[in-house]
Amino acid sequence: MNSAGELQALRKGLLSKRDPNKPCIAICAGTGCLGPGSDEVISAFESEVKKHSLKAKVDIRATGCHGFCEEGPNVVIYPEEICYTRVTVEDVPEIVSQTVIGKKVIDRLVYVDPNTGEKSVHQSEIPFYKKQMRHLIGNNSKIDPKSLDDYLALGGYSALSRALFEMSPEQVLEEIKKANLRGRGGGGFPAGSKWETARNAPGDKKYVIVNGHEGEPGAFMDRALFTGNPHSILEGLIIGAYAIGAHQGFIYTRHDSPQLRDNIAVALTQAEEYGFLGENILGSGFNFDVEVHLDVGIFVSGESSALMRSIEGKAPEPRPKYIRTAVSGIWERPSNLNNVETWANVPQIISKGYAWYTRIGTEGSKGTKLISLSGNIVNTGVVEVPMGTTLREIVYDIGGGIPNGKKLKAVHFGGPMGGSIPASLLDTPLDFDALAKLGAPIGAGGMFVMDEDTHMVEVARFFLNFLTNESCGKCVPCREGIRQMLKILTQISEGKGKEGDIELLEEICEVTGAASLCALGKTASGPVLSTLGYFRDEYEANIREKKCPA
Amino acid sequence: MSDILLQIDGKEVEARAGMTILQAAQSAGIMIPTLCHHEKLDSYGACRICTVEVETRGRTNLVAACLYPVERNLVVRTRSETVDKVRKMILELLLAHAPEAPALQELARQYGAKGARFEKEPSFCILCGLCVRYCAEVKKKNAIAFVDQGAKREISFIPEIASQECWSCKECFPLCPTSYLQAAYFLTQGLAFPSPSSEPASEE
Amino acid sequence: MDNDRIDRIIDKYQGKPSSVIQVLIEIQHENHWLPREVLEKVSKKLEVPLSEVLHIVTFYKTFSLIPKGRHEIHVCAGSSCHARGAQRVLDRVQDVIGIKPGETSSDSKFSLEAGNCIGCCSLGPEIVIDGKHHSRIEPDKVEDVLKDYH
Repeated sequence: MNSAGELQALRKGLLSKRDPNKPCIAICAGTGCLGPGSDEVISAFESEVKKHSLKAKVDIRATGCHGFCEEGPNVVIYPEEICYTRVTVEDVPEIVSQTVIGKKVIDRLVYVDPNTGEKSVHQSEIPFYKKQMRHLIGNNSKIDPKSLDDYLALGGYSALSRALFEMSPEQVLEEIKKANLRGRGGGGFPAGSKWETARNAPGDKKYVIVNGHEGEPGAFMDRALFTGNPHSILEGLIIGAYAIGAHQGFIYTRHDSPQLRDNIAVALTQAEEYGFLGENILGSGFNFDVEVHLDVGIFVSGESSALMRSIEGKAPEPRPKYIRTAVSGIWERPSNLNNVETWANVPQIISKGYAWYTRIGTEGSKGTKLISLSGNIVNTGVVEVPMGTTLREIVYDIGGGIPNGKKLKAVHFGGPMGGSIPASLLDTPLDFDALAKLGAPIGAGGMFVMDEDTHMVEVARFFLNFLTNESCGKCVPCREGIRQMLKILTQISEGKGKEGDIELLEEICEVTGAASLCALGKTASGPVLSTLGYFRDEYEANIREKKCPA
Repeated sequence: MSDILLQIDGKEVEARAGMTILQAAQSAGIMIPTLCHHEKLDSYGACRICTVEVETRGRTNLVAACLYPVERNLVVRTRSETVDKVRKMILELLLAHAPEAPALQELARQYGAKGARFEKEPSFCILCGLCVRYCAEVKKKNAIAFVDQGAKREISFIPEIASQECWSCKECFPLCPTSYLQAAYFLTQGLAFPSPSSEPASEE
Repeated sequence: MDNDRIDRIIDKYQGKPSSVIQVLIEIQHENHWLPREVLEKVSKKLEVPLSEVLHIVTFYKTFSLIPKGRHEIHVCAGSSCHARGAQRVLDRVQDVIGIKPGETSSDSKFSLEAGNCIGCCSLGPEIVIDGKHHSRIEPDKVEDVLKDYH
């Protein structure tokens, strides 16, 4: 396509060919649903629909993650939006004959709230979905990730068109700055500032990067979004490149997710075919290309400077950030790196404007946030809530509370670089600064819920064990300090701790926090210090009473 | 060649753009300890013992002096409670691996580091990387590599290259602060060097 | 080991040192392990010092310098699976096969890895064998699952 007008015409044409009342069976093909066999459910639907000779009258769509991983395989029947959970192959013939053809609801497949016994027929009525604000992930259940047409039918790439033809790069940058979009990868750094630094840095070769590494244990929302709607990230990336003046982009993602790699590859090929990538995008004169690089299975390569070294073809050893990567990154050229979710926020900010965006969220944290709920919680899955939602609402109203009648003990954010918050502070709002102040920075958004049977020393030990295996080993405070902390925590949790251990832990934490080369070493003390802060009595009891809680 | 004026330990120091704090301090006769630094090699920033306090734009930070570039009006403190605490612990962590190393013992005396603080795991190598980097950057032979990651990181001679290059060179040997390097070389020579009789006969 | 296929992968990136990691990933996927001769070839053709190649392959856990078994078992050791009892599952797997994470069984049937979060926390504790997920698995079901693999 060579102009904004052509794009509009294409979109109109697509919409005119799509009947909004045509039945569509959307089956979630995200990893959480593939595990319990949603791929077999998809094939079953295909053969059942064929059996009834309805292939032309009924659409079957294998979509990305809907978010309700605990209840998969998830199936949504449009246009009524009837939602069936835990669907098996045996259920398929009945669904086709009763619901798709007969327009009747099958009672036994409808979601029942385990806490209240209430039934919810439509997806938006289910408590899990009701309290969410699904601006980013909502489209996952409506599109086939391998179909660019599906994305266009929902308004995709209209933000890019607006940016290229109605705004200058400086205006795009201003919009992002005014929206106060903060990085969703863990840093919470204002994206607009980073973009501006890269834009103003000397040099005419600049790079933009999607950090799709998602190495934080318990975080899977980036994968859910990227696999389910790759174009939403790609569109954001191209807009960012336009604002910064970069003509080359990199997508850095995991090697162990074949579905994600496939979907990205298909998305890039299609985008190029349609004229959204390559030379003279949509006839605007802007050129932009994207390369995909794979991570090889280590946490530290998610750190931005390590990631850039990996793209250069070297071992991912982080570099001290005295000179920011936005000024000197890949091959010492200005490189703007942002997380998958951060990029996905860009199109909606450009389409709907910063004023709309800043109405959502709190004073310092705008927009929505994807959260991966995991651990001792009824509804494991991916949720999207506006910033400012209290943790209590997330755990109980959306998460369904704690299973097996147990009480909540603590909630952990930020994985091995974060911290735990006790149940007493559950009314804290989801907010970058509020959580950081409590010693549990939001990190990537993985929220790990722990019940009353959890031993907090063991939690700290677990995360430090993870870090010991993931440290690159270059600098002394991290490599040696974390290892010694792990030894002490293991001894304490086995009932072999001694007087003075806690003080030694605190001292090592101070040194690793102060002197480590990169963020991995610097924040390793997070789990230790936060559990010591709120649960010091558990440490002391373990040492005093020499008991092994496990 | 603009001159940059900064302050180190209360003393006014003149430095050139592009210099690091370490270089500026050395030019003014101010001592900052180092373990992984060498003037012929690129600064590495791994041992972190050159950590110093810097004050810039109203904020205090701890940085590695061998890497941090000088800035106008930068205030640097090469000793402070936190800096000393950091250096003491780094030494204690390293002494667990190389308790007899002279360089470590000298600094340990200065900072009150106790060699018995952490349980000894005498691997002897403190992973300063002087050998690996010297061979890569100065000799350009790359006969030694860093292998494995994290706590399992170690240096490893590459037998095929080392058997050809090292005996006549040995320039890295005096750089090693713990003398582990020489031991590693002889071990590799004894166990892994390809023997002359196993070399293939001339190929067509 | 198919030398031709490996050579073709390396030739694709000849003279491009920054692609060394991508080449190694492709060969690892193709061949399931990286013999020394292959590393030397990569070093020569991509013009990367062998020391750097060795640093990279020993740095990342995904690369294997020893032949892997016919079936690769991955036990998720992430925070959520850990909270749901993944350690007991891992212990049982180790008992049944007789190897520890990072090792290959002597009959070359199984290789075991216990590592990073796979990102399917709703399915935990989880074992992935040859890419197939065995979800919400209990220690006493482990032997049943494994005996289907030959």
